[in-house]
Amino acid sequence: MNRILTQRLGFSLLTLVALFTVLPILVVFAYIIAKGAPAISWEFLSGFPREGMRAGGILPAIVGTFYLTLGTAIFSVPLGIAAAIYLAEYARENWLTRLIRIAIINLAGIPSVVYGLFGLGLFVFFLKFGTSLLSASLTLSIMTLPVIISASEEALRAVPQAFRTVSISLGGTRWQTIRRIVLPQALPGILTGVILGLERAAGETAPILFTGAAFFLPRLPHSPFDATMALPYHLFVISTQVPEMPFQIQYGTALVLIVFVLGMNLIATFIRSRARAKRQW
Amino acid sequence: MNKIIIEHLSLQYADGTESLRDVSMSIVANAITVLFGPAGGGKSTLLRCLNRLNDLTEVRVASGKILLDGENILDPQTDVIALRRRVGMVFARPVVLPLTIRGNLTYGLELAGEKRKSRLDEAVEHSLKLAALWEEVRDRLDDPAIALSGGQQQRLCLARSLAQQPEVILLDEPTSGLDPISTGKVEAALQELKKEYTIVLVPHSVQQAARTSDYAAFFLQGELVEYGEGKEIFTNPKNKRTEDYVEGRFG
Repeated sequence: MNRILTQRLGFSLLTLVALFTVLPILVVFAYIIAKGAPAISWEFLSGFPREGMRAGGILPAIVGTFYLTLGTAIFSVPLGIAAAIYLAEYARENWLTRLIRIAIINLAGIPSVVYGLFGLGLFVFFLKFGTSLLSASLTLSIMTLPVIISASEEALRAVPQAFRTVSISLGGTRWQTIRRIVLPQALPGILTGVILGLERAAGETAPILFTGAAFFLPRLPHSPFDATMALPYHLFVISTQVPEMPFQIQYGTALVLIVFVLGMNLIATFIRSRARAKRQW
Repeated sequence: MNKIIIEHLSLQYADGTESLRDVSMSIVANAITVLFGPAGGGKSTLLRCLNRLNDLTEVRVASGKILLDGENILDPQTDVIALRRRVGMVFARPVVLPLTIRGNLTYGLELAGEKRKSRLDEAVEHSLKLAALWEEVRDRLDDPAIALSGGQQQRLCLARSLAQQPEVILLDEPTSGLDPISTGKVEAALQELKKEYTIVLVPHSVQQAARTSDYAAFFLQGELVEYGEGKEIFTNPKNKRTEDYVEGRFG
């Protein structure tokens, strides 16, 4: 066999392997659409579950997941961005910042069920927030923080140092420089990180399992101290805990969840590509 | 009249190595003073001390004073923000801020709290005219500054410092990335500017030093070797090392 043929064969193999990674997501998506699409109807999206969740809609779970995502954003976004600004713009390299970084990396590695247990102990019992939207949002926030901090810090560091030097040479303070030059330039990167973090929060089951998710609650939450249904947990419940469950409802729920999460992903991709096109450095 | 007086200034890097050794010189108002010599001589470092930009780097002042109109700017009590408005800086690589052309020019004034549109517009037009850029950009002030050519960007950076109405302008190899035509425009602008401002320039070549200088200071490995009128330094240097460098025997 000559070397050009070997080269061709090698390339073809590598291409095949690369294509193979796309296969699972396509299959999963196609399978869920095929099985779940028949369940999607106006009643399914806007109605309450009936007959022990074997019929009716999943509105409380959709709204619950929306609220949980929003609640997580309220706590984790300002905190995460503030921490990233501190780390990227103010902190000097010393044992303290190294400690903070190690903490962030390890926080990201903790299994989500451990967050759930921690949330149960701290928010539900110790702070007496009860099994509620608030407790669940706070638990998800802690889980999301490292993602937001890391992505935001990276985005801030990507802004050329020369902009900061110029701004300061023009009589700017450090904060004016961050506020007027660095943050606007880093914003698309920060937003992408925020959305990816929140997307993970929206799809998680374990952290909300003990802290805020309701098995069956056919009404919408009225206050942050109400428990709530949520899509991932609802999917778990109707897939394993309810006998004689019509499978369309399971796949329909999965489809709604995946569209919710992929929708956020699409928004992140859109922001990123638009920012790349407009970037001035 | 001396605008800046440097007295026995020694600088060192954070690791203790010497950057500048016991430099004393006076910088005359309304003239172009060039700081020249081979790389690593301490010219840029000295330049950065004149508006305390060295605060951002690893360079420490070991001893000495820099007097601007008689006040020691190295004093820890100095208001560095105010100082940097009085002493503007233009860097080797033109760095335009990711704003419009107008936004770049009004940036410093806005930071200082200027909100009146008439004042800002006035500063934009005046500074662009001084930097010989007005005719080229007057119709597209609201375009992104990054769209300008390299030479235009550097003149925009010059105009940006001028818009602050500084007293002193520091230029660190401002034409190192420019073609000869753009370089000529910048140099011509500097000759006009010295009527109103005190200019300290680190040139990118000996030839540029000779062309532009009223006064010239030759730096070699952290030492001020010779300082005097440009004409003298480049035609009749007193020090052997200055002569060797000016005539191209090393460097």
